[in-house]
Amino acid sequence: MTKTIAEELAKKQQSISVSEFFTKNRHLLGFDNPRKALLTTIKEGVDNSLDACQEAKVLPTIKVKIKQLQEERFCVSIEDNGPGIVKAQIPNIFAKLLYGSKFHTMIQSRGQQGIGISASVLYSQLTTGKPAKITSKIGKNHPAHYYELKIDTKNNEPEIVIDKETSFDQDHGTKVELEMEAIYQKGARGVDEYLKQTSIANPHAEIIYVDPEGNKVTFPRASEKLPVEPKEIKPHPHGIELGIFISMLQNTNSKTLTSFFTNDFIRVSSVTAKRICGEAGIKTNESPKSLDRDTAEKLYNIVQKTKLIAPPTNCLSPIGTEALQKSLEKEVPAEFFTSVTRPASVYRGNPFQVEVAAAYGGQLNSEEQIKLLRFANRVPLQYQQSACAITKSVIDTNWRNYGLSQSRSALPQGPIILAVHMASVWVPFTSESKEAIAHYPEIIKEIKLAVQEVGRKIASHIRRTVRVREQRERASLFEKYIPEIASSLSNLTSSKKTDVQEKLNKILKKSLKDILRELPEEDKSDKIKEEGKNKHVKKEKQSTLGSRKSRK
Amino acid sequence: MSKKKNNQLSALESLGNEVVKQINKGKNPEIPVPIRALSNVEFDEKTKTVKLGNKIAARYFFNVAHAKKFLQTLEVASISKNLLKEEKHASLRDVFYMAKRTIPGTKVNIVDEQTESDSVLEDLELVTDLSREQLHVNANKNGSVAGKVVIEDKGDTIDWSKLGSGGWSIPSNVENIKFKKVAGKYILYMEKAAVWERLHEDKFWDKQNCIIMSSQGQATRGIRRLLQRLTKEYNIPVYVLTDLDSWGHYIYSVIRFGSINLASLSEKMAIPDVKHLGIHTADIGKYKLEKHLIKFKDTDLSRLKQIREYPWFKDNKEWQKEFIALKNLGAKAEIQALSSRGISFISDTYLPEKIKNKDFLY
Repeated sequence: MTKTIAEELAKKQQSISVSEFFTKNRHLLGFDNPRKALLTTIKEGVDNSLDACQEAKVLPTIKVKIKQLQEERFCVSIEDNGPGIVKAQIPNIFAKLLYGSKFHTMIQSRGQQGIGISASVLYSQLTTGKPAKITSKIGKNHPAHYYELKIDTKNNEPEIVIDKETSFDQDHGTKVELEMEAIYQKGARGVDEYLKQTSIANPHAEIIYVDPEGNKVTFPRASEKLPVEPKEIKPHPHGIELGIFISMLQNTNSKTLTSFFTNDFIRVSSVTAKRICGEAGIKTNESPKSLDRDTAEKLYNIVQKTKLIAPPTNCLSPIGTEALQKSLEKEVPAEFFTSVTRPASVYRGNPFQVEVAAAYGGQLNSEEQIKLLRFANRVPLQYQQSACAITKSVIDTNWRNYGLSQSRSALPQGPIILAVHMASVWVPFTSESKEAIAHYPEIIKEIKLAVQEVGRKIASHIRRTVRVREQRERASLFEKYIPEIASSLSNLTSSKKTDVQEKLNKILKKSLKDILRELPEEDKSDKIKEEGKNKHVKKEKQSTLGSRKSRK
Repeated sequence: MSKKKNNQLSALESLGNEVVKQINKGKNPEIPVPIRALSNVEFDEKTKTVKLGNKIAARYFFNVAHAKKFLQTLEVASISKNLLKEEKHASLRDVFYMAKRTIPGTKVNIVDEQTESDSVLEDLELVTDLSREQLHVNANKNGSVAGKVVIEDKGDTIDWSKLGSGGWSIPSNVENIKFKKVAGKYILYMEKAAVWERLHEDKFWDKQNCIIMSSQGQATRGIRRLLQRLTKEYNIPVYVLTDLDSWGHYIYSVIRFGSINLASLSEKMAIPDVKHLGIHTADIGKYKLEKHLIKFKDTDLSRLKQIREYPWFKDNKEWQKEFIALKNLGAKAEIQALSSRGISFISDTYLPEKIKNKDFLY
């Protein structure tokens, strides 16, 4: 009896190991090339540290150190003052892929990847064969534990190389050391820029960085306030996919459809649940688990069409206008700073909120395009700028209205750094690499409104500085003219030159005061503009200094 | 110092005192200056001359747009006062150089071009109600005259018929000239010095018993005053010979009605019955000049349009007809185009014919 083709093929079919999967899919996980591998490792480490500190309500101090061992080999060390990790969990967290607590919760969080730091451990192991070194301490009276860990790539289990007690110079915290093949580069997509932007998006964090050349850079804390703890919320029916809906039906503890809708979701009342079931022709006391796929889909479609109250927005944790602006102020050598926080809004059942801060002038380059910093849930987005909804919104804004030059379909030109942050329980990325926000109209609208408001503030600042400079130039010209006028007049009349000169200077000074007195008023009208949001109330002040007068 | 000179000095001093008074009050000082532009001239139907209106613009010191002119006005006033005190006369060019210097601490010159000091001086004439000559500033000598005329100037007796090839140069101030003997059937004024030289070489003034006078371009104040005095005091008609273009027409307009820029002086300069002798559009065909025309440019057309609309030409049918003919011709002709018919064609044929036939535009 000959074997069927399927049976022949079955011989070749076997489960692939995690390491094979990893090697073939590194690009999905951020390890496309040695340069990005270094950045991804530091990102995962810093994200973990920030999250841990946030959960423990500790103001984070994170030390990042990169040491070059060979031309393409580096040792990366990330240390935090977080709560530490209990001994038993250390091997699982660092040496087991897909181990974590962040899946499928509706809460604003940084990573959402879940693949996390263990991917870096695996990458390190694959490129150098060396174990990861972990030190952690959970409290003053607890010992510090030191592990050297590898991943058993066949079974996806931790392999402990060394396990011992050690000393740690903080009361609590965790330190990760990884050796890996990598390339270090400065620039917009490098580690240095990532840490700088992370510091901007996390004003409560202090980051101390030692680069491969041994230079130590400290990004100080801009705020002593811990961010508001984001609240976990149940999903809104408009924000989930059919597949998730079906699995929720299968896994629910609710016994009836009514309780399923009212308990497992937000914003569905029992009256609404009854109406949905009625429309679908299903009994309200039907068990959710008994529904077949077709019925579930029918139900899902009806739910999507049903009008529901938008989800609550108090579950978000924005950076805060003031803190974001302070962050920029400490990192950017500009002359003018401003920021705007939009009220929270909703796209497809997911609450989100947009914040924008801007730095203008000073030492920033006015010949180039503006520098756009993108953030999603406090994480800097350094790649795929052109695919991002933030970039689109900024390009679609007409910056010429605000006194900047802008080519078609391009970022405006001017001495501006614009930081845009989107906080959401679920940030819709365009792809796995999570570097660009998807183009939802609601999101673009909110970003545009925020950017426009910032644009108006910048424009009014530009007008003000131009005016002040012009006035100063005028004043100085008048000052220079005065002695000439005075000597002509003293020749024409019997008055003394010094006397006339003094009086003219007095008049000039008095008139200048008039100009300066106008400025606070301008500020006031700016505020009115902000309150009135989109109303363009513009009032050009005329200088009191001599308007041309003609009389008959 | 004479009484007259005292008046002149006090006019300048009171300008300064007005300004100082405002400064003492802590006000933004201003000098009221009559506007010298088409918007502030009126055509006086009675005297048939261009008159200055009564629009006045305040020139402020503390105003970005005015400050420099304000400064220039006082500077030139001060220069003029020094000239009066020292009893010296300066030329327009002298005044320019006396005012031209860089203001300390800036890159700004008090005046950059002579036109600026000239213009401020014209303002000053209106502000002080004194003429340029009374302010002790003279224009350059410009223009020549020849004819059977004898005059006395500063004690010298001058015979305009015995001055060789150059003729008599006309000074900017002809007020104090005394005419001793004046003979001639008419005065011919032309805008081209070269044409005057042609006529002088041909002894045109002797053959035709007339006076020939020229300038280079626009007639200066001295020439206009001299023309007016001769025609008024001796009743000799004046004929004007210009190029056939809008600039030529405006030269005629200034001699007849007065100028927009110096509308205040029209009374002393305008010659309301002056006739335009040529070149006319009709001459083109008559004297076969078709091949010697210069095509119009945009500026020629726009200037023609402006002149057509001047109030003093608006109702003049004869001139409107000429303007339209010129527009249709779409080209201009210089006086020297006549040389194409022979070097002395102008003195032997063109001018005698025109005068004999009274072929004038008025």
